[in-house]
Amino acid sequence: MSLSWAVFSPFILAIFVPLMKRYSKLHIGWLVSILPLALFIGFLSYIPKVMNGETVYHVIEWIPSLGINIAFYLDGLSLLFAMIITGIGFFVVIYSIGYLGAKENLVNFYIYILMFMGAMLGVVLSNNLIVLFVFWELTSISSFLLIGFWYHKPESKYGAQKALLITVSGGLAMLASFVLIWVVTGSFDIREIIASADLIKSSDYYLAILILFLLGAFTKSAQFPFHIWLPNAMEAPTPISAYLHSATMVKAGIYMMARSSLFLAGTPEWTYIVSLVGIFTMVYAGYMALTQTDLKAILAYSTISQLGLITTLLGFNTNLAIITAVFHLFNHASFKGSLFMVVGIVDHETGTRDIRKLGGLAKKMPITATVAGIGALAMAGIPPLNGFLSKELFFKATVSLDGIMAPWTTWFFPTMAVLGAIFTFAYSMRLFLKVFFGKPQFEKLDKKPHEAPIGLWLPAVILVSFSVIFGLFPGLIENSIVSPAASAVAGETLSVHISHWHGLNLPLLMTIIVIGVGTVLYINLAKFQQLQARLTPKISLNRIYDWSIDAIPKTGKIITDRQMTGFLRDYLVFILGYVSLSILATMFIKNTWTFTGLDLASIEIYEVLLAVLLVAGALGVLFFRTRLAAIISLGIVGFSVSLFFIFFRAPDLALTQLIVETISLALFLLAFAQLPDLKPEVKKWSEKTVNIVISVAVGVTIFLLILMANGNRYYEPISEWFIENGYALAGGTNLVNVILVDFRGFDTLGEITVLVAAALSVYALIRLRLEKRSESNE
Amino acid sequence: MELLIAFVIAILFGIGTYLLLSRSLLRVVLGTAILSHATHLTILTMGRLKRGEAPIYVKDALLSYSDPLPQALILTAIVINFGVTAFLLVLAYRTYQELGTADLSELRGVSDE
Repeated sequence: MSLSWAVFSPFILAIFVPLMKRYSKLHIGWLVSILPLALFIGFLSYIPKVMNGETVYHVIEWIPSLGINIAFYLDGLSLLFAMIITGIGFFVVIYSIGYLGAKENLVNFYIYILMFMGAMLGVVLSNNLIVLFVFWELTSISSFLLIGFWYHKPESKYGAQKALLITVSGGLAMLASFVLIWVVTGSFDIREIIASADLIKSSDYYLAILILFLLGAFTKSAQFPFHIWLPNAMEAPTPISAYLHSATMVKAGIYMMARSSLFLAGTPEWTYIVSLVGIFTMVYAGYMALTQTDLKAILAYSTISQLGLITTLLGFNTNLAIITAVFHLFNHASFKGSLFMVVGIVDHETGTRDIRKLGGLAKKMPITATVAGIGALAMAGIPPLNGFLSKELFFKATVSLDGIMAPWTTWFFPTMAVLGAIFTFAYSMRLFLKVFFGKPQFEKLDKKPHEAPIGLWLPAVILVSFSVIFGLFPGLIENSIVSPAASAVAGETLSVHISHWHGLNLPLLMTIIVIGVGTVLYINLAKFQQLQARLTPKISLNRIYDWSIDAIPKTGKIITDRQMTGFLRDYLVFILGYVSLSILATMFIKNTWTFTGLDLASIEIYEVLLAVLLVAGALGVLFFRTRLAAIISLGIVGFSVSLFFIFFRAPDLALTQLIVETISLALFLLAFAQLPDLKPEVKKWSEKTVNIVISVAVGVTIFLLILMANGNRYYEPISEWFIENGYALAGGTNLVNVILVDFRGFDTLGEITVLVAAALSVYALIRLRLEKRSESNE
Repeated sequence: MELLIAFVIAILFGIGTYLLLSRSLLRVVLGTAILSHATHLTILTMGRLKRGEAPIYVKDALLSYSDPLPQALILTAIVINFGVTAFLLVLAYRTYQELGTADLSELRGVSDE
């Protein structure tokens, strides 16, 4: 299985989804599910290779001249993500079969989900930043489509728009950082960029690169203050929330941070920005999760919190932290995926996700309750589940910062970590105990609750069983998956050993504190929520978002109205003013005021007289108040110009100009006779001043341009060629004619076309009137 | 010579622009006519003035000719400009016929949606 096939196959399969709908009686999900399963097995087969430290590289040339090639690269980190994407993808597709009935728009759903799968694989396998960016934005787009899957609901539309705006603007910031990286290193190739990591870290652009890059990663991975889109994204169908907004897409930002750690991390800027944003997000989102009443909102904030945890670890960037981050990534995918499925089942079977209406479901749904229990305990970090192992390691990472960061962090991070973990413990317990063991209140439910069909609970059971298996036997994955992935992030081979018992040490004490205080917090949750409600500030990030979503188009409209007035004069003022200003400013900046090397011809007295006549004619057009006088003045201008053509050795021009000028004058007389006389215009003095300023500016600009063109001739004019070859090649003595009909024959054809178009338009305009008249006569 | 012509062109451009910015449809049409004259002179001046003979090739005579290329371009421009002027005139005339005004400030298109 080549890597390119793995990335492109979901897109190819997506094309055939409509056909499946047409020709297959089976639920499309069954057919679609084959692909992620096959891909998952394919990726499994890479494990032995990757364990040996080998990597796989595959390249298709795309735009080699710009260094942009479709290059795919597989190492431990990519493999971990690819397996999560295809593995969870498989279970989610199976789960969706039971979740989405035949009435839903399944074709769209599976096309979007396949598009997402391909895009996400593209993100984690790309070795070229530009290609990666394309896939990155594709994940945002497919996420947008999936959140808005039930597009008739206003909440879905709102959530989809919010997610798209936030993640795409972050993506654009990231693109800017890619460009800066290219400026510094001259490459879009991730391997080459890693090779010139020192160049980036020592460059003046480093801070800009870092901040723009992190904007992309933080928006995608819902870090504070960009997390606000994720709770609204829960409007998506639950399989999607489990897949995109918990297990995979939101981890793309984590992936990017891990991938870039070899060329961006290790500096104080990276360490402090990333770890502080991460830990704050973890604690804040955990705190927020406690008050939510919607089960999915609890899970959304919980996901944000867990992503914050992983971000913190990547910020530390110590070997232990990297191993923990990778390990927790894996664990989170399993327990959070199963918890989302549980919430989906509860929603499906009871008709509500409101935790206040739910209670005592354990008896009615024993299997679901078991899954929820294991998932919640894993999330809370209770031994012997996998969540306990990664939480222990996390604590260990926070207490081993001595010498890596400033002294205050050695108490700050452990304290915050414990605080975050206490919140996590409390909301996990609330989620599990309240829903499944709380006071039964079935009368508030729309449906009579009963156990879900096997198609819904089986994927959840399998997912959560990973939490148990890898919790009990972490050795199964420590060398095959965790170590290669962590080594890829660290850039050196890390040997991993995860164990349950480390002796009576600080992390264990922290866990005991978490369980103790967490239990107290859970028991007193009602009081805590009252306190929280009082503490909530009036200005929230969501309000700021809503306000700006409202204000941006309004401001845009104000600006547009200023500019698009509907008056020709205003448009011209803008256009001509801008053109003159930009040309004059360029001349000023480039200091081209001095005109040396002017190549000038002699002046005869009659030429001066003609010039005076010409200017007088033009002034006449400007000042005369009667139509006839203005037209005659225009004639003076035209005929003076043709005289100048004669002086300037252009007989053809003079002839043509004479004829055209005569006909034009006749036309002017004809048309103006039908039009009202030129009245003196009533204008405000401000308008008049602007007009005069613009006119003068245009005149001055042209004057300077002509002199500049005269003084600077960098290349030999091509006219010499026409003069030399005109007679020999075209056999004509009149060189102007030869150019027009021979060398530039197509230009003349274009000219004729314009004339025909003008003639037809004139005819049509007049004809229109005649037809109207005859109609009204009838 | 080039300096003088450049000066004349600048004045023509200034006057043409001012006419173009006015409210009267007629003045706008007059403005375009003046602007086109100015443009033709500009192109010709760019190719330098009064160098050599008129570009009529004389066989076996080593003459220097004035630049034929700008002349060819202007020839095209004059003709096209004629077409445009004719169209504008008819358009102005028809506008007045239909709408009863030739004042651009009264010819504002669609009112705000």
